[in-house]
Amino acid sequence: MAVLRFRPVLQLSVTKIRELMREPEALFWVFIFPVLLALALGIAFRSGGVEEVAVGVHRGDGAERIERALDAAGRLRPVVLDPEEARERLRSGRVALVVIPGETVTLWYDPTRQESEATRMAVNDALQRDAGRIDAVAVDTKEMTEKGSRYIDFLIPGILGMNIMGTGMWGIGFYVVTARQRKLLKRLVATPMRRSEFLMGQIIGRLVFLIFEVGVMVVFARLAFDVPLRGSVVTLGVVSVVGAMTFAGLGLLVASRARTVEGVSGLMNFVMLPMWILSGIFFSTSRFPEAMQPVVQALPLTALNDAFRAVMLDGTSLVGIFGEVALTASWGVAAFVAALALFRWR
Amino acid sequence: MDAVIRCSDLVKRYDDVLAVNGISLEVRRGECFGLLGPNGAGKTTTVEIFEGLLERDGGEVEVLGQTWERGGSRLRERIGITLQETQFIDKLTVHETLTLFRSFYPSGPEPARILKWVELEDKAHARVGKLSGGQKQRLSVACSLVGDPELLFMDEPTTGLDPHSRRQIWGGIHKFRAAGGTVLLTTHYMEEAERLCDRVAIVDHGRVIALDTPARLIASLGAEHVVEFRAEPLPDPARFESLPDVRSARMQDGIVSLTVGEVHRAVPALLAELERQGLGLTNLVTHHATLEDVFVSLTGRHLEGA
Repeated sequence: MAVLRFRPVLQLSVTKIRELMREPEALFWVFIFPVLLALALGIAFRSGGVEEVAVGVHRGDGAERIERALDAAGRLRPVVLDPEEARERLRSGRVALVVIPGETVTLWYDPTRQESEATRMAVNDALQRDAGRIDAVAVDTKEMTEKGSRYIDFLIPGILGMNIMGTGMWGIGFYVVTARQRKLLKRLVATPMRRSEFLMGQIIGRLVFLIFEVGVMVVFARLAFDVPLRGSVVTLGVVSVVGAMTFAGLGLLVASRARTVEGVSGLMNFVMLPMWILSGIFFSTSRFPEAMQPVVQALPLTALNDAFRAVMLDGTSLVGIFGEVALTASWGVAAFVAALALFRWR
Repeated sequence: MDAVIRCSDLVKRYDDVLAVNGISLEVRRGECFGLLGPNGAGKTTTVEIFEGLLERDGGEVEVLGQTWERGGSRLRERIGITLQETQFIDKLTVHETLTLFRSFYPSGPEPARILKWVELEDKAHARVGKLSGGQKQRLSVACSLVGDPELLFMDEPTTGLDPHSRRQIWGGIHKFRAAGGTVLLTTHYMEEAERLCDRVAIVDHGRVIALDTPARLIASLGAEHVVEFRAEPLPDPARFESLPDVRSARMQDGIVSLTVGEVHRAVPALLAELERQGLGLTNLVTHHATLEDVFVSLTGRHLEGA
């Protein structure tokens, strides 16, 4: 350790890690915020195994029997209501359907509503069985419960990509511009420090955090939502590192000339905003029209998100996602080359 | 004599402003050399060219016998730099900051020893962001010493500091020189230049207008004292030049300023002359001649706020 004590790259990396560790806000945005975001979206868009549907029943003769019959069917939650109240609830969507007892039972519903048809069939079925219908054919059901097809499964790799983009760009770009504005870069250049050592320090510091950043998210998603990691940890690691380096490069490029924090913030958002929307973080890129696809698919975050999804959900090997990884990496290489050519140290 | 910095006909342009307009000078090994001049005189530009941080537009510069074109990073290992303003990393401690800077140099003293030099040892584990202005400046000096430099550049090392902090910085410079180091500093405080510097170049509008030891620069006024007075109605300074022991007289902002050999002979004569002219004295001050007076006599302006 004594030999290493005065190694510039080590000192620069340690400095970067210390700075982040001592900045509670930064820790929140890098580690806590993505988890909270995933948690909130995961809860809001949970695909409910057994979700009960509310069904109104007009008060009157036979209402009780109908209530019992629907209750027994499982997925229906019957409520006995006065006609006026039932009408109001149906209109406002708080019940999916209203049953009006009588010689002929009437099912009153709005056919344009998504869940109406399924509810009508379920109610009809429950009433017929209760009245003693014998099914002509014995039918059994089997439920598909495989993980990897739910919204949360789609979401987690996207948040992973988004977070790597954000920390890469802010962590490098913002940092560099602050150091330039404070004349710290100029002071460093006035020492025998090599410029490559400074960049290596930035990158190593960044990668150390990446391990935790990706680790926290993957473990959280597994524990909270049972999101799978079907591919190998090594492949996930390679994709993460390539993504982190690429966005570090883009962050460096965005920061290469900017003299003020305000200036770089605007540029940063200009670069990141399109990718937040287009790159398939929260919804699939296939929602964009065919004409936009060449642009959408060429973005580094699109490729990174696709690669994360393939590794986590489909268990694809590195060979299988070579195209995505290569596309991401070429953005990174181009960004680094351009950044080094343009970079202003003073 | 062994020259540590040698520059001739140095020129630097910013757009159409000539920031440095043909400066030539030599800094000798072991001396403390000062560039004294008002803000905007071209001191910082000159020093940053010496430090290899700025490109020059003309002239020759050699530092420690090397040019920046050939010396490069080897040269960086042999010099220390205090910039006019550097904000170090707030989240690091003082000791961590020094360890970081120490890592850039192949050799040098332990960070703890340098902290002692600049009297910051009790702040070793304090965060940089919590330091006072004077402490930050001493940290900046400490960072310039970590590589055990032969030559130390200090750009306005005490600007904006309180007298106590200023003296602590001066103490650090003395220790560095006692160990054989050479210092080039810029300042617009004439007191700093007089106390610290063996030789001073007075810089104005990108040119050296005088260069010598502080004592000889002051002696060049031909008198050791300055007598300044106000009188009503406004006097004509030329009429005081012939008084005994008065070397020169000039007026600025309603104050007549006489450079005189001996105060006890000049003042009685002055009082008698005022009475003869029927002028009423409203204010009279005398002081030892300083570099400030040299600057005033050369440019007709004052150093600070000039």
